[in-house]
Amino acid sequence: MQPRVKTWLFLMPAGLWFLTMLVLPLVVVFIFSFGERGAAGGYVPAFTLDQYANLPARWAAFRNTLTLAPIGTVVCLLIAYPLAYFLALRTTPKWRTLLLILVIVPFWTSILIRSYAWIFILGGRGLPTLISALGLGDVQLINTPFAVLVGIVYGYLPLMVFPIFVSLERLDKRLLEASSDLGCPPWRSFLNVTLPLSMPGVATGCMLVFILLMGEFLIPAILGGGKVFFVGNALVDLFLQSRNWAYGSAVAVTLVAIMLVTVTAYMRFTRRWAGGRDDVSLM
Amino acid sequence: MGYIHVSMDIDRLEQFTAESPDPDAPAIRIAEMRGATKRYGDVLAADNLNLTIFKGEFLSFLGPSGCGKTTALRMLAGFEEPTSGDILLDGEVVNSVPAHRRPVNMVFQHYALFPHLNVADNISYGLRQQRPKPPKDQIDDAVRQTLETVRMPGFGPRRIWEMSGGQQQRVALARALINQPKLLLLDEPMAALDRKLRRDMQIELQSLQRKLGITFVLVTHDQEEALSMSDRIAIMRGGRIVQIGSPRDLYDRPNSRYVADFVGKSNFIDGVVAEIDGPKIALKTPDGQKLQGMAVGQLAKGDAATISLRPEQCSLARKQPSNTQAGMRLPVKIINRIFLGEHTEYLVKTENFGDFLVLVPRQAETAEGRFEPGDDAWLYWQTSSALVLQAD
Ligand SMILES: Nc1ncnc2c1ncn2[C@@H]1O[C@H](COP(=O)(O)OP(=O)(O)OP(=O)(O)O)[C@@H](O)[C@H]1O
Ligand SMILES: [Mg+2]
Repeated sequence: MQPRVKTWLFLMPAGLWFLTMLVLPLVVVFIFSFGERGAAGGYVPAFTLDQYANLPARWAAFRNTLTLAPIGTVVCLLIAYPLAYFLALRTTPKWRTLLLILVIVPFWTSILIRSYAWIFILGGRGLPTLISALGLGDVQLINTPFAVLVGIVYGYLPLMVFPIFVSLERLDKRLLEASSDLGCPPWRSFLNVTLPLSMPGVATGCMLVFILLMGEFLIPAILGGGKVFFVGNALVDLFLQSRNWAYGSAVAVTLVAIMLVTVTAYMRFTRRWAGGRDDVSLM
Repeated sequence: MGYIHVSMDIDRLEQFTAESPDPDAPAIRIAEMRGATKRYGDVLAADNLNLTIFKGEFLSFLGPSGCGKTTALRMLAGFEEPTSGDILLDGEVVNSVPAHRRPVNMVFQHYALFPHLNVADNISYGLRQQRPKPPKDQIDDAVRQTLETVRMPGFGPRRIWEMSGGQQQRVALARALINQPKLLLLDEPMAALDRKLRRDMQIELQSLQRKLGITFVLVTHDQEEALSMSDRIAIMRGGRIVQIGSPRDLYDRPNSRYVADFVGKSNFIDGVVAEIDGPKIALKTPDGQKLQGMAVGQLAKGDAATISLRPEQCSLARKQPSNTQAGMRLPVKIINRIFLGEHTEYLVKTENFGDFLVLVPRQAETAEGRFEPGDDAWLYWQTSSALVLQAD
């Protein structure tokens, strides 16, 4: 058999999967977004831009998603980097395994259960009670953007920690010795060597967390209490409750478009930043 | 680079042995190890190292794997603090001065070039760490010059992975040289190169060292490399330095069987010191023979000792040599012959002392005729070329 033919045969299952699970639904959603809502809900074929004209009605969802997703990503990064650094460079192998397991464990329980735990912590009888008992005044935590942010950071931290950990773990420690040998004090060696060489991990982690956050709906639903909702919540509402498939599709298409633009821009940026290195993997 | 403040102590010392560039210059002690010892848990990696490194010399640490060469180098570089003893640079104890504040640079075994920087930025790294930072054009000039020194002009913009192993090695060398270190440490810099390239680099490195007058400390387990490049060699064994000397010293006057075995090839005959007559010693072998040799170091009657005989100091003859011709003679059988161009190396079997290597120069071979494997012959040597060494 020709090697080319063989290659194609091997790629067939993946290709089919890609086509039916990814491309086809996207095409359907794209077509639906120009349609209309039927009298009893669902979709009626048409060609109208009404749904897109109607987008501002869901402005709040877009605003929440587009602020909390980047902020959540950045906060995750700020917490995850020192953690990953500590795990990769400052622990003995025995402790490293143990601590890594501790980072993964929350991942094994359902996000639903973990978020409910946060409802308790941030809710009326949790932290706010403690804060007012300390005489620091009354605060509302649950059902605020802050609560959603806490949930997001909590839920997505491992996804940020792991890629960064891997890139720091792979870092050739002799490079740090070389840097020191050439007269560079430790903190500057971090900036000159460790940080740039862990950028592939940072880029991967940010990408993963950001993309997943853009589609998030569970955490805002549970910790935002219907006051802080994401585009994901709008979609649930439009497809499952009000059964306005056409409008829902328009919202979905817009979300995908925004994601494509931001992710492409981000990739451009990181590639330029990495100085055209081809060993910087972005995903 | 944050230089440590130093006071030059210029002693007039005995010259270090080998051909230094300027034999009349006073020897300046650039670095010293005084009883430097390093323990890793139970492992004694470096055991009471005492060594003076003189300005401008090319010194090698030679020894088998795991004998502590890298540990010695890392203590000089500042990566390891000695468990006990002192490291001195320019007469100052620098035990706890970290690597980034020592005017010493290292060429790492696997180069440790920064993959995210191009060649020029790798080379200028050291200069860019100096405070105040030198002006940019000065750095650029220095990089250009250093690239020329290592014969890689125009390679500045290259990425690290776009270069061969040999080129990477030159960049690693340039990255260290540009800082004009007091001491350039090289940890098996040629280990990753193929034979031919290694040979070329050895010659180049040596001429570079002569030209720049920088003090080189090389770590290697390749005796040929150490012998051909160094002014002095420190032979190491199990964390200790067993002998320091010029290559010629070590070859001609090894102080132990270990050194004789490590530096060049040698034949050995074990025995016990039976008679001492000035420098001459008679060694009694287990089968009762008495063999003569010259003592190296202190030996007393009854000591276990070894006669060491270099292959080129042995000769072969068809007929039994006369007493005047040879100090010692043994009947042997030729086992193998290897043609080496200038020389022919014979492996011969003695009756009582195992196999011997004999190196016969080309002229001698034509005169004597050639021996074939299986031939009977006589092995003989001069008493003065047989060294009696302490057994290990
Ligand atoms: N960081 C360390 N922890 C524990 N033991 C070590 C450490 N570094 C070296 N050793 C031990 O110290 C001894 C000397 O090691 P060193 O690296 O100096 O040897 P070497 O002469 O450079 O050997 P090679 O030629 O194989 O590089 C070895 O037994 C080694 O196992
Ligand atoms: Mg070593």
